[in-house]
Amino acid sequence: MEHDSTHSEVTKAPHHGHGDDDAYHPGWSTYWKVAVILTLITVVEVWIYYIPSFSSSRGFVPSLLAMSAVKFAIVVAFYMHLKYDHKLFRALFTGPLFIAGTTLIALLFLFGQLVARFGPGK
Amino acid sequence: MSAPAAGHYTSTGLDSRKIAIWAFIGSECMLFVSLISTYLIYKGKSRVGPYPHEVWVSPSGEHFKAILNIPVTSASTFVLLMSSLAMVLALAAVQNKDLPKRTTGDRILGSSKLWLWMTAILGTTFLGFQAFEFTSFVHEGLTIRTNLFGSSFFTLTGFHGAHVTAGVLWLLTLLAIDYRRGLGPKDALNVDIAALYWHFVDVVWIAIFTLVYLIK
Repeated sequence: MEHDSTHSEVTKAPHHGHGDDDAYHPGWSTYWKVAVILTLITVVEVWIYYIPSFSSSRGFVPSLLAMSAVKFAIVVAFYMHLKYDHKLFRALFTGPLFIAGTTLIALLFLFGQLVARFGPGK
Repeated sequence: MSAPAAGHYTSTGLDSRKIAIWAFIGSECMLFVSLISTYLIYKGKSRVGPYPHEVWVSPSGEHFKAILNIPVTSASTFVLLMSSLAMVLALAAVQNKDLPKRTTGDRILGSSKLWLWMTAILGTTFLGFQAFEFTSFVHEGLTIRTNLFGSSFFTLTGFHGAHVTAGVLWLLTLLAIDYRRGLGPKDALNVDIAALYWHFVDVVWIAIFTLVYLIK
């Protein structure tokens, strides 16, 4: 698409000059690349789902979780601008996310869903 | 009644509305992780089918195929990812409204109405996919009362769908403001807050797609 630097480069969010929420935001040239990467990762996720030899292997679930985590991080960092924003916003998001993630893992151990993989005697 | 304040700045120098939306998103993380936890804890514990990834034969001899439709859900996932792209372009268009638009590309990228419409339409398309999926599940014998899978699945994806619906309504209100008086740089924070909510709904779906649909 035809465009000039006014829309393609990193721009400053005009929040009228108060504090650190005047974050720099990337432009179109970054956003479309992020969209392509997200699409490619999704394609790979679905592709490996349909490979019987891989989907029944031990590497299947970790691969999917890793790809999902990468997609999650990319959207949060670039589309939600957390990479460029104030560290307080990062703390407000990652703090509850860490608590929630820890609780999820604890619950899965408590109810025996992870015992098969990491439990005693395995 | 007094005129609306130009900003709601706190002692941190940050706008209180943006702090509030991040705190809200943090609390929403906990809500969705609790729903995902419930789904994962109940996974594989249904006594009767239909099941998400396995064929089930009922005691009366009726055959039920694996109920999840991965191609359809992959398409809806792509639609939601593209809606996030449209949303971030809508925010950029509002922030850069005052910049000169010399080329056709600039005018397209600078049209907040276009990108807000795109986001709302893609969000509605995602909801259409979800309505199709829910309807086909019910026709295939899976309701919220059928088994543990049905209960946890419909609760989790239903909550997510409700959040997408709220997001679409939010986008439509922004569009109404844009048509009424035009959204400009002074409205960037309001659009940014809506965008943060929309992207959060997207990242929740990224997790649901992997944990519910792809992991067998």
